[in-house]
Amino acid sequence: MSTAYDLVIVGGGPAGLSAAAAAREAGLESILILERDKELGGILNQCIHNGFGLHTFKEELTGPEYAGRYIDKVLELGIEYKLDTMVMDIAPDKTVTAMNRTDGMFQIKANAVILAMGCRERPRGALNIPGYRPAGIYSAGTAQRLVNIEGYMPGHEVVILGSGDIGLIMARRMTFEGAKVKVVAEIMPYSGGLKRNIVQCLDDYGIPLKLSHTVVNIEGKERVEAVTIAEVDEHMKPIPGTEERYTCDTLLLSTGLIPENELSKSAGVELSRVTNGPVVNEALETNIPGVFACGNVLHVHDLVDYVSEEAKKAGENAAAYVLGGCKDDRSGKEVKVIAKDGVRYTVPVTIDPERMDDLQVVRFRVGAVYKNASVAVYLDDERIQKRKKRIMAPGEMEQIILKKDQLLAKEGLKSITVCIEQD
Amino acid sequence: MYDVVVIGAGVTGSAVARELSRYPLNVCVLEKAEDVCCGTSKANSAIVHAGFDAAEGSLMARFNVRGNEMMGQLAEDLDIPFRRNGAMVVCIHKEALGGLQELYDRGIANGVKELRILNREEALEMEPNLSENTQGALYAPTSGIICPFMLNIAMAENAAVNGVEFRFNTKVRSFESHICEKCGEPVWTIHTNNGDVQTRYVVNAAGVYADELHNMVSADKIHITARRGDYCLLDRECGDHVKHTIFPQPTKLGKGVLVSPTIHGNLIVGPTAVDIENKEGTNTTAAGIADLIEKSTGHVRNLPLRSVITSFAGLRAHEDHHEFIIGEVKDAPHFFDCAGIESPGLTSSPAIGEYVGGWFKERLGVEQKEDWIGTRKGITDPKTMSFEERAALIKEQPAFGRIICRCESVSEGEILEAIHRPLGAKSLDGVKRRVRAGMGRCQAGFCSPRVMEILHEELGLDYEEITKSGGHSNLVFEKTKGEGRES
Repeated sequence: MSTAYDLVIVGGGPAGLSAAAAAREAGLESILILERDKELGGILNQCIHNGFGLHTFKEELTGPEYAGRYIDKVLELGIEYKLDTMVMDIAPDKTVTAMNRTDGMFQIKANAVILAMGCRERPRGALNIPGYRPAGIYSAGTAQRLVNIEGYMPGHEVVILGSGDIGLIMARRMTFEGAKVKVVAEIMPYSGGLKRNIVQCLDDYGIPLKLSHTVVNIEGKERVEAVTIAEVDEHMKPIPGTEERYTCDTLLLSTGLIPENELSKSAGVELSRVTNGPVVNEALETNIPGVFACGNVLHVHDLVDYVSEEAKKAGENAAAYVLGGCKDDRSGKEVKVIAKDGVRYTVPVTIDPERMDDLQVVRFRVGAVYKNASVAVYLDDERIQKRKKRIMAPGEMEQIILKKDQLLAKEGLKSITVCIEQD
Repeated sequence: MYDVVVIGAGVTGSAVARELSRYPLNVCVLEKAEDVCCGTSKANSAIVHAGFDAAEGSLMARFNVRGNEMMGQLAEDLDIPFRRNGAMVVCIHKEALGGLQELYDRGIANGVKELRILNREEALEMEPNLSENTQGALYAPTSGIICPFMLNIAMAENAAVNGVEFRFNTKVRSFESHICEKCGEPVWTIHTNNGDVQTRYVVNAAGVYADELHNMVSADKIHITARRGDYCLLDRECGDHVKHTIFPQPTKLGKGVLVSPTIHGNLIVGPTAVDIENKEGTNTTAAGIADLIEKSTGHVRNLPLRSVITSFAGLRAHEDHHEFIIGEVKDAPHFFDCAGIESPGLTSSPAIGEYVGGWFKERLGVEQKEDWIGTRKGITDPKTMSFEERAALIKEQPAFGRIICRCESVSEGEILEAIHRPLGAKSLDGVKRRVRAGMGRCQAGFCSPRVMEILHEELGLDYEEITKSGGHSNLVFEKTKGEGRES
């Protein structure tokens, strides 16, 4: 095994696969994907429902089918990969330490690294939910794996806390398998998931969604026996007297996804306090030249199509970095993208008008539900875009597109601001 | 017929069992749970206290100071992680400075070594995240941090290796005694859910239930209250927020809410103190956690409470007189109590074991076995190895190359060892306590299906039989429809 590669991609999920294919197609030969699971495809392998690929392939695929298209491409392109391989460390000099059963512990010197590790689910502990700690409390993704990969029922009577997309999907999945999903409680006054999932996974099956509700007690010493939920006030504190007790044997949590950036930290990558993902420029490059990030490790996406699209760019840019001689060609003329007035963050965080493509997608999320408000874009003080949206919600990622010539035309440009404006 | 039956495989029972294993005695430990370390021993502050807190002349003071002294050598012998990180009792009110002097004096009287009183500047220099209101502190360098699971498990394992029998899922229901016709000495019959057990001596190390067992055999009643303490455990990334174990000044309810690094690099905050009726009441409460957060921020500043990865509650076995009850019960010959073992119980356990072992040595006139093994090799820990050592290990045993728990970097090899050792793990929590799989920031979301697969393969358990912690804590039910079930 070679111990030096031009590009090491950490993670063989949708982001890593798309990035790898794009880098190869851009002319990079020496590429290695490191994947910790026993198959390529990442979390898509357990997402056996359909609805993937509408943007990318103009058809509706299941998760494994969508992953399969990219896996086929990676195989066709002859890109090297290692399965069952855990990356233990990424050093600031891009030395990647990893291990598996067959190669043991090994180090790879990379010219460029793409971070594509995905995200993890926020556990019960992080929420400080009071009560007992019996069996039967699962994050929605763990339950999804138990049902769809291992083939076992994690429970029969289910309460779900959090209305993230995986929780909504699991409400439907458990119902298909004969379980009774009694209620979905969401602490926020709006859902954290896609509108289409609320309709297709809850409404269609008569599963109630209780907004501004949270779990205030878990009963059962050995296995979950009951869960009590209560309404919360505007400070998210439970309101006494609003408690409702549900007998159940399972509590699923779908309360947020956290980009998994422990390796990024060890590499010295600067992280955003809002997204918990790396701070990147328009090339999706982190503060360390030659280290790029894409997919859910960068910021949590709703649609895999956008992950693939974003990762393609990271792959192309990583290839360009290596083929260009691994030079740090940042001009120092990067313009800050400022998220303001309801916009929680943007990806990227800086844009170099000279380096950027003709069109640059800037993705963001809003911090609350907005009805009939506009997304506005300012170059310094000048508003260059204003687009009215019927509804915007934190559960749905938004985007704007910037034009290179427009940015170049603005003399002495200091900042680009993305904000929400109410009429 | 056993010579001694120890009831309870917590840290006290296991320490006693290990000491008894020195002698040519037939010893059995009865435990109602499926594993050792399932009660008070698994949910506490994990501190090896210096010994300045307990009342002068008390058993608590005596066993605390002795246990602290013993811990270094014991940890080495049993190959478990232990570090003397030192403790500080922080005074934040000028008028309470006298309290530090009182603690100091008590510590000196108890035989605690190296105690020092620090002024505000010294204290803040040693520990910059102490409250701005810090007026001074008592500094106890001998205080330490330990893995409570491993202390308990290692002592039990070592006892088992030396011939002590352990019976799990065995709950004591009642006792009967009669005088042996041959020897003229008392014999105890212990009725359990798993049949009767006969023994010459009983050691009651039943934690919060020790009063119930005692009261079955004695007219001189004792009373133990379950005193619940809520804790929060914080992510390893903030494990160095403080370097020492930081206490507020004590009150009559206990040592107060401490903030401390753990031996594994997390930060622990707790406990609260609430007396409850239910001896199984290990549920956390919203009020408890709120109280905890309020109290912890009094003596330590900028606590990164958004990095909490789990909260839990433990029950202290609080005896009404706040004192250990250790000795043969007066009106129940051959029935020996180790009751009321609350903090500093973890610290005291080796000393209690030593004392009880000594008592039996004398009473039964036995000498240490020649083939007694006092040391134990812990589970292989690749994290302590160099790159080359680790590479060599994986080459020899590939299972150490497969990571199962990503947060704590626990390999399959470690889990296999945890399962196949003496008194090996049988459940998800059993694995967790031995090798920390599932103890990290994702709280087993990633590794539980993988650990279940290993338990299934190694112990021949069906998935439906695998539990979180024994009993009815099954993790999954039947197969899904696709797996051949009628739809």
